[in-house]
Formats: sequence, C-alpha cells, structure tokens
Amino acid sequence: MDKFLDFFRLDERFPHMLCPGCGVGIAMATMVRAFIELGINQDKLCVVSGIGCSGRVAGYLDCDTFHTLHGRAIPSATGVKLARPDMHVVVFGGDGDIMAIGGNHFIHAARRNMDITVFVLNNRTYAMTGGQYSPTTPTHEQAATAPYGNCERSFDICFMARASGAMFVARSTTYHVVHLKKMMELALGKTGFSVVEIVSQCPTLYGRYQGLGDAVSMLKWIKERSIDVSKVEDPWHVPGKFVIGVLHDREEVAPYTELYQGVRNEARKQERC
Amino acid sequence: MAVQLLSGNEACAIGALRAGVKFFAGYPITPSTEIAEYLSRKLPKIGGTFVQMEDEIGSICCMNGATAAGLKAMTATSGPGFSLMQEGIGYSAMTELPCIIVNVMRGGPATGSPTRSSQSDVMQARHGTHGDHPIVTLCPWNVKECFDLTVEAVNVSERLRIPVIVLADEITGHMRETVELPEKPLLWHPTNPRKPRDQYFHYDDSNNYDSNIASFGEGYRIHLTGLVHRKDGFPTNDPEIIKWNMDRLRKKLEDNESWLWDVTFEDLGSETIIVCYGSTARSAMEAKRQYERKTGRRVGILRLRMIWPFPQQRLVSLLKSARRVIVPEMNQGQLNRSIERTVSPDVPVISVLRYDGETLTPEAIIEAL
Repeated sequence: MDKFLDFFRLDERFPHMLCPGCGVGIAMATMVRAFIELGINQDKLCVVSGIGCSGRVAGYLDCDTFHTLHGRAIPSATGVKLARPDMHVVVFGGDGDIMAIGGNHFIHAARRNMDITVFVLNNRTYAMTGGQYSPTTPTHEQAATAPYGNCERSFDICFMARASGAMFVARSTTYHVVHLKKMMELALGKTGFSVVEIVSQCPTLYGRYQGLGDAVSMLKWIKERSIDVSKVEDPWHVPGKFVIGVLHDREEVAPYTELYQGVRNEARKQERC
Repeated sequence: MAVQLLSGNEACAIGALRAGVKFFAGYPITPSTEIAEYLSRKLPKIGGTFVQMEDEIGSICCMNGATAAGLKAMTATSGPGFSLMQEGIGYSAMTELPCIIVNVMRGGPATGSPTRSSQSDVMQARHGTHGDHPIVTLCPWNVKECFDLTVEAVNVSERLRIPVIVLADEITGHMRETVELPEKPLLWHPTNPRKPRDQYFHYDDSNNYDSNIASFGEGYRIHLTGLVHRKDGFPTNDPEIIKWNMDRLRKKLEDNESWLWDVTFEDLGSETIIVCYGSTARSAMEAKRQYERKTGRRVGILRLRMIWPFPQQRLVSLLKSARRVIVPEMNQGQLNRSIERTVSPDVPVISVLRYDGETLTPEAIIEAL
C-alpha cells in the first residue's frame, strides 16, 4: 500500500477535482498498480496528458508529469521519448482529447511506432465542458450539443489503433479492474506503440443524458454489455457490446527510437552529405 | 574559419547546430524547407534527432516535449505553419520552456504567395497566440545574420525561457552570400545554480531567468502545465497567484529589456532617418548610398535586429533629432505604428510599402526621400 500511496502527490494535490463516481480515478489507480507491478521507477517515468477530465490525471502522480495542450499529449510525448529514450513515456487521455482534436497525432504516432503507451479513457462524451457529443458517442444518443440526437457515426478506438499500425491493442473497463490492470501491464511491457481503451462511466454527464442512473448502475450497465474477446468470433463486429481483452498483439518490430538509431549509424558512415 | 557560399536558410541551420541544438521537429513548407533538409542530414551525424511530424502543431508540441526533457530544440516554418504553431508558442510561454522558431516569411493570408517574399507576419509574431505573453522576435537582414540571430535566439530563449522567433523572409532565406561563420559562437550558460530536489520549485521567484532548470528524467518529478500555476507548477484559480504568474511572465522581458535591445545605426544626426528591419534594410542601405552620392545630403539609418519587444525607449533617444522618419516594409504597414508612437507627433512617419511579392526597391525609398 505504501508503494501505491507514494505514487501520488498526496500533500499537494488531494482531494482531487473529479466528480463522485467518476471512472477516471479507478483508471488512474489501476494504472499506478500496473506501474508498481512492473517495477517502473518513478524517476524514469513521464506521464503525459492533454486537456479534459482524463487530462488531469498527470497532475496527481508523483513522477515527471506533462499536462500539455488539448489533443497534443501524443506529439508532446513523442518529443520526450525521442529526447529521453531511457524513460517510460505514458499518455493518459480521453476520447475527445485523443480521438478528435488529437486524432491525427494518434494515427501518426501509431504509424511511426513511437515507443509509448496510450491509455484512452472512453466515457463517450466531453465531460469537462459539460457533456457535448464526442467522436465515440453512439449515433442517435443525446448530448449537450446533440439535443435532437447525434447524427454522426462513432469511432471504434481499438479498430483505429490497429488499422494505424499499433503493436498492441486492448480494451477493458472501469468495472473489470483486475482485467484492466492486466491489460495495462501487457501494454506497458510491449515495445512500440500500444493502446488500451478504458470504457468508463461518467454518471454526471453521459449517464444523465442517457438516463443510466448513478455510478453503480452505470458500472452494472458496463458489466452487462461487456463480453470477453474469447467468446466472440469477430471482435471487431459485435454491435452494442464492449469486447474486452487483447484485441491485437502483433509480433514486435523495431520502435521509432531504435529505427532512428539506425539512421544515426548510417549518417555517421556517409562522408558526404 | 572558412569562407563559404551559403543561403540564409543554411546559415540558420548551421547557427542552430553551433548553438548546441540537438533536436528538430518540423513539417515541410516553402520557403523554409532547406532548414529542415539541412538538419535532417546533419543532426543524426552528431547523435541528434530530426523528426518530420504530421503537421506544424505536432512539430511544435514535439519540440516542446524534447525541450522539457532537456534538449536544445528548434523548428522552422513559414506563414501557414506559423499560424498552426501559435498554440504551442503560448504553451512554451506559459510553461517557460525555451522555444526557437524560425519563420521564413512568405505572402499571406492563407496559402498566400509561397514562393514570394513578404514581411507580413510582424504582428503575428508578437500577438499570434492568445493571452498576454512575453516573446522575442529577431530579424536578420543577410546570410551572416541568419546565423548570428539563430545563435542569439537559442541563447535568449534558454536564458529567459520564453519563445524566440527568428523572423527571416524569402529573400534572406534563399539569398546566397559568402560568409565566414565562427566555429564556436558565444553561448549562454546558466549562472544561478539549481537547488536540491527537496528545496526546488520549478517556478521560484529566484529562477525566472538565468537559471539551471530541472528537466524530465532528472529525478525532480516536475509538473508542467499550460494552466496558470503556483511556484511548484500546479494549477490554481487563486486571483493573487494568477496575477503573480502573469507578472512573472511579463518581468522576463521588463527586467532584461536593456540588453535585449539590438539596433544598428548610422548618421542619426540627419534630418531624415530610415527605420528598417529584415531584407528591406538592404534596399534602405542602397537607397541611402545612392541618395547621398546624388544629393550630397546625409540620410540616417536605423536598423532593428530585434523588433519585439519593441525597443521603444531606446528609439525615443535615438530618433530625438529626426525631422522625418521613413519606414520601408513589405506589408501593408505593421511596424510603422510602433514607430509613430515613438517619435513626437509633429514628426511625419512615412511608410514605403510593397506587398506584391516583389522586392521593395531602393528606388522606391529614394522617391520618398
């Protein structure tokens, strides 16, 4: 337990600013347990976040923390990782932050195989600003900016990650904390770009707009809709369910930091230029 | 030192390398691309890193990340890319991360005239990002200064921990001149030592500038945020601390203005003085030479190497005896307003403007003389 508490800036930063029943705290605590399980040194860890409820996570952790601009956690983390390849660089962001305003950075960091781990907390809404529809809000659902129902289609974060070239893609939820911790450990242990989508409850906004009740009933709702990847034939096409587990785990190829070391070696060999 | 034939963009890249820049993140854009191309060849040779990002927003954020992790880093761009970088400039100002951007100006707005020259980003360089913020902008007029002012940009940015813009233009960027560049230019090193971790505050009043600041990975467990923050780096809504934070940013320039001011001048006793910057200063020098030969009358010239912060007080004393001021610019009149505010109201400030993408010629300035 001490190790766990040591990972937080208890004196300065608590109590936190999250709503009662929020899933961000569960995900953050689970992430810390995964760090401890893997023996990650706090002095060699940089947690990078953007803006939004999930973006506040960086500020609670006792390690190097980088609270960047909205959507820019991934390019900022790219800079840190390239400058300090010896550090663990972890991005924690929300669905709006990572998939909308930061969507392009997400795709390209995956393509580049940047050696970072990205945890995307998906509460299906822009919670910090009051419950507007996000790129993961399902079609027809109500939101602060979709009073007549959302007419857009939603992203599947994991599908997007796989298609963009991520090495490891998993999904879990704030209900399945033991499972979530395992997924996070696997992602952190994987070399290259790895992604874990965390399906989370937002009782204050998303839950209220969808009439899903309080945090407990939302967690039950998540539990009921979750299905393990081993129980489905095609994990990418299960409408209305959260398919949880490792969805994609490809054979590791060299991450960007290693590839660029190859560029350096080649550059040194060439006299001209 | 060897004599070399170089373009302004190449000199700028060499300046960055000799100032210790080890990291470049950028996105291709005319007319600045040669800087990225040059550094993509040289940086890996010295163990540095060149990365081409997905856009200019990614570029500046990536650069800010590398800076936060302790490297001297820079980026280069032109108008449209500079517009995209504005949020990252604000982040650098707020978190007090050094940030070096070379903007090789082209015509705007929007896509504008990519291959033509312009000085139309003067106000954007100062006010492009939202919020009150400190920023320094340097304007080279020849290839040698593309080198010198890039080195200066690195030094000022590291010393004050603020964004510094090198505002070159298509003419200075693509022009070739023979130059001798110093192998080891004078570099700034921190004078205030760093406190041990238990007494360290990232935004202590004692370390607003000149200091040896902790970076990621050094065990200081620092927190950087674009939110208004306390001296330990954590966000706050306390009005008193918000004011302290904003004052702190302003003081970076206020306290250091006198050594930042960078002007060159000749014949300031003359009735007419040309105030100029960047590539139009070349035409102004030639106009002065031709006019003096033809008429036998002297013309003063005052060239700003640093346009922001505008060296108002310095110019008030330098332009005291002027009866007429001429301001040539390749835009619709941007810096002329600052100069109007500097001289007495009965001294006419005459703008000589050109914004068709062509070079502002000495003849146009002579006409105004």
